[in-house]
Order: sequence, then C-alpha cells, then structure tokens
Amino acid sequence: MAGPLIEVEHIAKIYRMGEVEVHALRDVSLAIVEGESIAVMGPSGSGKSTLMNILGCLDRPSRGNYRLAGREVSQLDRNALARLRNRTLGFVFQNFNLLARTSALENVELPLLYAGLSGRERRARAREALARVGLGERAHHHPNQMSGGQQQRVAIARALVTRPQLIVADEPTGNLDSRTSVEIMALFQELGRNGITLLLVTHEADIARYAARVVVMRDGRVQSDQRQQPVEAVPAPEAEAGEAP
Amino acid sequence: MSPFQVLRVAIRALLRNKLRSFLTTLGVIIGVSAVIAMVAIGEGAKARVAEAFASMGSNILIVLSGSTTAGGARGGFGSMPTLTWEDLKAIRAEASAVRYAAPQLRSNSPVVSEDQNWTTSINGTSPEYFQIRGWALASGSMLSQSDVDSGTKVVLLGQTVVAKLFGASADAVGQTVRIKNFPFQVVGVLASKGQSPMGHDYDDAVYMPHSTFQAKIQGGLQKFIPGSIIVSAASSDDVPRAERQIRNLLRDRHRVPVGADDDFSIRNLAEMASARQEGVETITTLLLAIAAVSLLVGGIGIMNIMLVSVTERTREIGIRMAVGARPRDVLAQFLVESLTLTAFGGVVGVPLGVLAANLLSTRFGWPVLLRMDIIVIAVAFSGVVGVAFGMYPAQKAARLDPIDALRFE
Repeated sequence: MAGPLIEVEHIAKIYRMGEVEVHALRDVSLAIVEGESIAVMGPSGSGKSTLMNILGCLDRPSRGNYRLAGREVSQLDRNALARLRNRTLGFVFQNFNLLARTSALENVELPLLYAGLSGRERRARAREALARVGLGERAHHHPNQMSGGQQQRVAIARALVTRPQLIVADEPTGNLDSRTSVEIMALFQELGRNGITLLLVTHEADIARYAARVVVMRDGRVQSDQRQQPVEAVPAPEAEAGEAP
Repeated sequence: MSPFQVLRVAIRALLRNKLRSFLTTLGVIIGVSAVIAMVAIGEGAKARVAEAFASMGSNILIVLSGSTTAGGARGGFGSMPTLTWEDLKAIRAEASAVRYAAPQLRSNSPVVSEDQNWTTSINGTSPEYFQIRGWALASGSMLSQSDVDSGTKVVLLGQTVVAKLFGASADAVGQTVRIKNFPFQVVGVLASKGQSPMGHDYDDAVYMPHSTFQAKIQGGLQKFIPGSIIVSAASSDDVPRAERQIRNLLRDRHRVPVGADDDFSIRNLAEMASARQEGVETITTLLLAIAAVSLLVGGIGIMNIMLVSVTERTREIGIRMAVGARPRDVLAQFLVESLTLTAFGGVVGVPLGVLAANLLSTRFGWPVLLRMDIIVIAVAFSGVVGVAFGMYPAQKAARLDPIDALRFE
C-alpha cells in the first residue's frame, strides 16, 4: 500500500451535554502504517476511547480528516460506516460482546451474515477463524460454557473472519487474568506477523509493552508517540489454549 | 443479508421467548378470527335477506288502486277500484321500461280435495306473473294465455297447499280440487319459494287465470281490475323510469288534473329490498368494526412487546452494528419479527375464525357465509398491522447509536 493505512489530521470531537461542550478530542493527528501494532494509553477522560470509536468507524469526528485505507471517511453516513466496520476492520471488546445463547460458530459467522455470504461459505470461514484462535473444537459451545479467555478468542475470531486490515481492541485483556492476558497478546502478535494492523487501547503498561508503538493521550491530545522494541508474549507453558480454568 | 436469513434470525429471536411471543400473537389470532367470523355472520345475514327478496321477484313495482272516502272514513289504497283492464294493456304496450305486467286478484277461500280441505289465498293472474316473480314449476305445466282467454278452470298449487291437501310427497298434477264448489284441475305445482321478507309463506297459495277468478271466485265490475297490477322493470336501473312512465300514463288515462293527487299508488319493492339490505349492511359493518378494533388492540400488544424487546436487546443491536449491520439491517430484523408474529396470528386466526363461524351456524343456526376475499383481506390486514405497529420499535432500534448501544447494561 502506498500511503498509511490510517491517517488522521487535526481531528476533534466535541460532545454537547446540555449547555456544556465537552472536548473529548481537541486536536489529534496520527498516521499508522499497515502491519503496525499500536497501544493507545492514557488515563480515563484522556480521549482514548473517543479516538478508538472514531478510528473504528463507530463515530465521526466533529472536525478534521480521517483517511482509512486511502479513503476519506470522516463524512460518511451510517450505512457506509457500517460497511467499513464490516469489511475493513474488526472489533475486540473488553467484555467480549458475544451474543448470548448463540454458539461460538454462529457468533463468528455474524459479520459474514451482514456481508451477504452464503451459508456454506460463512460456516467454512467461521470454522477457519475459530481454528486460527485455537478453538476449532469448541465451535458449538455457547459463551456461558466458556472461560473468559476462550470467549475473547471467539471475539477475536469474529474480528478476523472478514479478513480485515485492522483490528481495533478496546481493553481486550481488561477482564482477564494475567496469564490469559499474555495468551491473548501472543495471539495478537501472531496476527501482527501475518500483516494485520492492531490498534490496542489499554491503560495497563504491562500490555502496552507488547506493542511496537505506544501513543499516550492526555486531555484530548497526543502527549507522546514512541516506538519501542515489543516484548514477545510467551504464554506460561501450562496455559494450554482452549482449556477452561 | 438475504430475506431468508432475516426471517431465520427473527424466528430464532421469537423462539427465545416462546410464551411471550405466543401471548403477543394471541391478540392478532383473536383479531383475525373475529374479523372472519363476524364478516361470515354479516354476509350470511345479507345472503339470507337477498335470497328472501329474490323469491319475491326482482325489479318489481306494484300498482294499487285508489282509495274511497265514505262519510269521512278514508278507505286506503285499493279500496276503490280505479285500475282498469285497459290500463293494464296500456302499461304493457306503452311503458317501454316495463318488461312484464300482470294483474293480481286475491281472495281467501277453502280449497277442497277428495278427503281434505285447506283455506288459502286464491290468486287470479296471468302467465306473466310467474315471469315477474321468477317462479318455476316443480311439476306439471304453467298457466297459459289460452287459459286466460277462455277462462279455463285450472289451478297451480303451491307446495304448502299440496302438502295440506294431498300429503307432503304426493303428486297433485292431474288431481281435481274444488273451490267455491267449482271443480278445478291441477295443471302444475310450483317449486318451493320459502317465506317472503315479511314472513309470508309464498307456497301457501293457489293460482288461476284472472278471467276464471273473476268469473267463479270474486266478480266485481268487468271494467276494473279488482286488485293490483304487478310490474317488473326491464332491469334494476329501469325501475325509476318504469315508475315514472306508469305514473304519467295512468294520470293521463285517469285524467288526473295537474297538481291533484294520484288516484292510484305505486310501490317500489326494490327500494324496500335495498332498505333491508342496507340495514344488514350496517350491522355487518358494525360487526366488522368491532372485530377490526380487536385486531388493532392485538397490534398495540405487538408494538408494546417489540418496544420491550428493543430495549432488552440494545446490547445485541450494538454488537450487530459493530460487526457491520447497517441501520436498515436492524430495521428489517425487528420489522420481520413483528411481521412474523402477525403472520403467525393470521395463519392460526383463519382456521379459528372459520371454526368459530361454523360453530355459530351449527349451534345457533345463524346463516354464515365465508368469503374467500375477506379471509385474504384479514390476513393481509394483519400483515399491515405487523408493519404499522412494528415500524416504530424497529426504527427505534435502527436509530440507536452503536456506541451507546454497546455500553448499555
């Protein structure tokens, strides 16, 4: 790809709460190239979630430009944003956000349903994605039959299944114990080696270590933006992937 | 997302809350079956009235003689004969909107068979009468013009008279009956026609040529018709024209001065029939309105539950939007859910309504008439209810902001 995958220029987000204007983002410029792994850090209220929502095409900036994969998206309507979320990126949330009473396989199939794929193709690709996160054997388990780590793996499979260029993860290890967290980060690093760009929002410095670039937000602006040699995530040997605690 | 996929997702969502979905759809089931049963009852009543008027004849006008005034007591229409045989001929010849005209002479008298007797209405008329009434023979032959011309002593019997004189299943044709001591030969038996809209038994009557009637049963002046004239218009549209033509013709012939009252009266049975029909129509509409209200209430129930469902599933909506569901995908999903509820209500409601209609007809003997088009309309209307009442909740879901929806606890 010629340009950067993500290019934001002077974006701002202002919420109106009654009389008061809240400047969630004041002025942020950022460029992320394909294959990068970035951790966005900052205290609560620093604007990192707002930035993530905008970069994840869940929200639009009040001002400024956002080019995703070379396309200006800051002014797109809700339908076009939905299409981008479906085709170009995948989400991973802190609380997994899987559909309850729905099997892992069907959860992973969900984005493909909106992409309009046939049932056969959906199932094949969902199985492939589940195998990739090490849950090939648990396709028919429901979220309430799985551990937190396994549920997050299903969520990652769901993010992967559309073969996106970018994965946006919002505190993906926030609800997991440290050992499982390392497993998840190892999985992300492996995806990164396969060329997927990772945008990780976290407030844990431990987790940020695994990223190659750390952006620290404060009061709606970028406070620092540094590259680093990422620590390789090595899961503890007894933590067998897919095993319930 | 293909329509089939949307439907599958909707059905799964509804099956999550089986009891709730069933109770919600129950309102529609009751509404649809009520519409079908009520319309069946209304249509049945309408058909019964129409049938009753059909046996009376169609497009009929009756011309009555004028009234007498004797010592201040006014005698009512028909009390003074003003209609002449020449009038009848003139109506036949000159009123272009008239198809048939026949005299109606009536008297009550006992009719005697070999071993039974029965007092019934004796009618003198001409062959046109049966054309006007639309009555057919069960057996034998009709009165003929030659019977009228030569005053033959022949009679046609109604079914009730046959039953009273000869027994229910007897064949009376060829038998002889005596009226006022004159022997009459039975040439035909009329097919059963049932009751008039006023409860008069059309089958309890004897018909003979009017010439014979005047000669043997009830005399009167030769010039005047001792009864009325029954007329049928060429078509239902011609009835008012026929009435006008007859009125002008008779006023002219009777030399009624301009501005004076008619010395005769014309009754329009078609008007009476349509008044009755309108009455039944009103009742049908009323029943349908009540049933439609119950369908409406069912729709409100659906809207209520769909609103609850949207709120409950806010998070699910957020997840779907995050992975790429467009607002219209969400709209479609909830709309199809409410449509599925009403469609199910329609599908179950139709046989239930048919069953209710049949039950009413067998239990209470109410005439019911199931109309296919009403069934189709009822089901279609329940679909409309589904869309109409599902639209607001579905739009509410589609307008949710994905970020807020994901945060919803």
